Amino acid sequence: MLTQGNSILPISCCDPFNPSYHMAVKRASSFSQTNGVPSQMTVVVPCYVCISRRRVGGSCDITGGRIQSLKARVNSSDELLRHFDVCVCLFVCVSASHPLTRLMSSLQAVLVDMEEGVVNEILQGPLRELFDSTQLITDVSGSGNNWAVGHWTYGSAYREQIVDQLRRAAEHCDCLQCFFLIHSMGGGTGSGLGTCVLKLLEEEFPEVCRIVTSVYPSAEDDVVTSPYNSVLAMRELTEHADCVLPVENQSLVDIVNKIKHMSHSGKPGSVIKKDSAIISGQGGVSGAEKPFDAMNNIVANLLLNITSSARFEGSLNMDLNEIAMNLVPFPRLHYLVPSLTPLYTLADVNIPTRRLDQMFTDAFSKDHQLIRADPKHSLYLACALMVRGNVQVSDLRRNIERLKPMLPFVSWNQEGWKTGLCSVPPVGHSHSLLALANNTCVKPTFMELRDHFTKLYRKKAHMHHYLHVDGMEQACFTEAISSLSSLIEEYSQLDATKDRLMPDAARLNIAT
Amino acid sequence: MSIVTVQLGQCGNQVGQELFEVISNDANDTQRKVYSECSSERFFNETANRELVARSVLIDMEPKVISQSIAKAAKFGKWRYGDRSHFSQKQGSGNNWANGYCVHGPRHEEVVMDIVRREVENCDRLAGIMAMMSVAGGTGSGVGTYVTQCLRDAYPNSFILNHLTWPYGTGEVIVQNYNSVLTLSHLYQLSDAILVHENDTVHKICAQLMNIKHISFSDVNKVIAHQLGSVLQPALTGDSHGVYNRNPIGELMSSLVCHPEYKLLSVCNIPQVSSSSMAYSMFTWPGLLKHLRQMLIANAKMEEGIDWQVRAPSLQPEGIERTRSHRRPGFNTSLANLLILRGKDVNNAEISGFQDPSLYTPWLPADEAFSMWKTPVPFNKYEKSAILVSNSQTLLRPLDNMVGKAWNMFASRAYIHQYTKFGISEEDFLDSFTSLEQVISSYNQL
Repeated sequence: MLTQGNSILPISCCDPFNPSYHMAVKRASSFSQTNGVPSQMTVVVPCYVCISRRRVGGSCDITGGRIQSLKARVNSSDELLRHFDVCVCLFVCVSASHPLTRLMSSLQAVLVDMEEGVVNEILQGPLRELFDSTQLITDVSGSGNNWAVGHWTYGSAYREQIVDQLRRAAEHCDCLQCFFLIHSMGGGTGSGLGTCVLKLLEEEFPEVCRIVTSVYPSAEDDVVTSPYNSVLAMRELTEHADCVLPVENQSLVDIVNKIKHMSHSGKPGSVIKKDSAIISGQGGVSGAEKPFDAMNNIVANLLLNITSSARFEGSLNMDLNEIAMNLVPFPRLHYLVPSLTPLYTLADVNIPTRRLDQMFTDAFSKDHQLIRADPKHSLYLACALMVRGNVQVSDLRRNIERLKPMLPFVSWNQEGWKTGLCSVPPVGHSHSLLALANNTCVKPTFMELRDHFTKLYRKKAHMHHYLHVDGMEQACFTEAISSLSSLIEEYSQLDATKDRLMPDAARLNIAT
Repeated sequence: MSIVTVQLGQCGNQVGQELFEVISNDANDTQRKVYSECSSERFFNETANRELVARSVLIDMEPKVISQSIAKAAKFGKWRYGDRSHFSQKQGSGNNWANGYCVHGPRHEEVVMDIVRREVENCDRLAGIMAMMSVAGGTGSGVGTYVTQCLRDAYPNSFILNHLTWPYGTGEVIVQNYNSVLTLSHLYQLSDAILVHENDTVHKICAQLMNIKHISFSDVNKVIAHQLGSVLQPALTGDSHGVYNRNPIGELMSSLVCHPEYKLLSVCNIPQVSSSSMAYSMFTWPGLLKHLRQMLIANAKMEEGIDWQVRAPSLQPEGIERTRSHRRPGFNTSLANLLILRGKDVNNAEISGFQDPSLYTPWLPADEAFSMWKTPVPFNKYEKSAILVSNSQTLLRPLDNMVGKAWNMFASRAYIHQYTKFGISEEDFLDSFTSLEQVISSYNQL
């Protein structure tokens, strides 16, 4: 009996200056071996709301490419057919009438773009067969890097269409497990329309988990209004998202450079195994790598790893709802810092235990985090480790024991570890680790954002562009900044407990 | 008489599958026909085509683990699960007890109880129901508690044994302490007895006794299955007159659970060695029993690292009331013990060490506190094995730690919003904490 899996549905929103960041995802049907009738699977619906073109490029080939390559490997063997089907099922719809060797046509993705350029690129690209025209919601002129235009103008204009598409996609799902929203914070559409879609998801599907991957602007971001856009979006994320995985372009660039440096260093024993770096578009369909492809691949890998336990078997499964449950102790503190290791696999095949342990150590080093932060020196509220590949529970336990003394955890969660073991490693690696940390190290990022915002706001610079928009008021700004401030304050209060020895709470007294 | 097993959640299903594997191998290995038939009847249903179908119901809120378990069972062709004896959903319980108990449990009550009913009706006579689950996750713990409640309502006169797996202390799930507290407090009212295995303990057994280098959950589960199987396989009780005991669960309860305040049972099994060392090991009953007795009183879970300094207090002479002087540090007081001996020369084993009144709490007469089963049939390739099922203070410290950690987290109200959104209130948490503090206090006073 084929194992069933979950599928992911993406919804994508673009902004003229922000190329979309797509993943080819489809609702999947799996074949039931007993009766050959396709059965439905649970679905995760990712919504993509565009990402800044400057930094992160269109990477729709990634997942599509990965699927292609996995498909090619697997065609020959029935044994692997199950794996193929399950992993693909998360992303691809395989229907009864088509042989498994062809990707299916009804990709359940919703692409929303306020400017046609990027979506058109995708439609002409190698993944065009995965999308059909009903899934696209586009406009012509874009949002001009203006959150208010994205959120209020386009939000209200396209609300019905978007809800319609979402409902249609959700109805095709047997069991809608969660929504993935991917967007950038600095622009107009991704940030504004994206957060509007988030609110919509909460209204229409209140019980379904919403996991948001947000690309935060870097220090040298040249969109002048990005602080406004980001802070306005932050408020929506704090109120309406279940979890947010913040990602910073600068960190992605650093990681890419590190890998390139490694592969060109020419040191003996430092040859990277072909296609194993997390930046490689393994099996990517398009030949030449576009700029930002490398960075996008990292984020694509992040999402593939998070969903791996839902797609593949393992001795300790960890699905998406469990992530939200275990890592969010208080509703507003749901910013989870992701880190992925290893970044690449060296061509030398033997992986002694030392390398495995190194993988765990690296996950906590500040070079591997996807935002500029140092979790080891801030306070952990909770941490999740998703291990893939041939790693056993004893390896996991040994490493947790080893690393625990170095990591400061909040007093009421001294053993705040959520662990998952998935047997199937990512393509090109023998094992990998994804760490998600709910850690106060996000505070500096938020404080910087607040500072940049304040610099502009004090001078009321560019505000008229926003206030001209119907639905936008001055109060939106003040509420947004106060929401951010109180979030920072909550993190500060937790930080204050960091080095203090907190006494155990007094236990209940039972009369004997 | 037969036992119906209900496997709940990932842990319950994985351990359950290993249990049936152990039982089937043990029954097949032996030359003793009566033993083999009794064991088969107890755990399997023989179909018209002479196939052995496990008397088991598999329940999970997501489908992957059940599929795997069914596939693994069928792999060797010796036994399999029933075609319609499973129920799964797509979503999972998200490690949330409230989601399992308040949402999934009631939603699927009818379908699940239907499957259980079918399994029960397949038995000539029902000895009892064993529910297997973990306490850390969402389905095993939450749905498991709800299903236990339904079983209690549907079968008020049957014995219900809950087999629980407690998670590693250093965490598999962050909210595991909340889930454990909620589960235990409810099960205490619903269940007849709660048999506990702790992952930490079993992990140590794998590492130190069995010398497994890279311990996987599969290894841990095999050890649990071995220990559980050794309790439930046929044995002769004192008054069974040469016939294998009909109802192991019932006998277990009447020997060990004489008071509703004391339901926590633990299992100790000796010897436990890797299969490669088995050929070189020679065990004698006096040696095994001496170690097992010391393991009991010094609260050690395995033959290595026993503290031989801990001694039972000397017996008070007749006429002088036994005081609580035997509550020395490190000494594990028992309420009741069940010793099971399996293997060669079992009738020559000298067990009086376990009948020593100083091992037991004073308010129960020593001869009621101790029972023994035995069989000359060796279990699972061990020439001799001694199993002790104990209702004692062994689980007191782990339980206390679990409640302490949960209480600390509750004091800061962390994660509470995740539970309240499904219908569990802070009041419910407080009630659970109160019941468990009561249990801790009772065991403390043994």
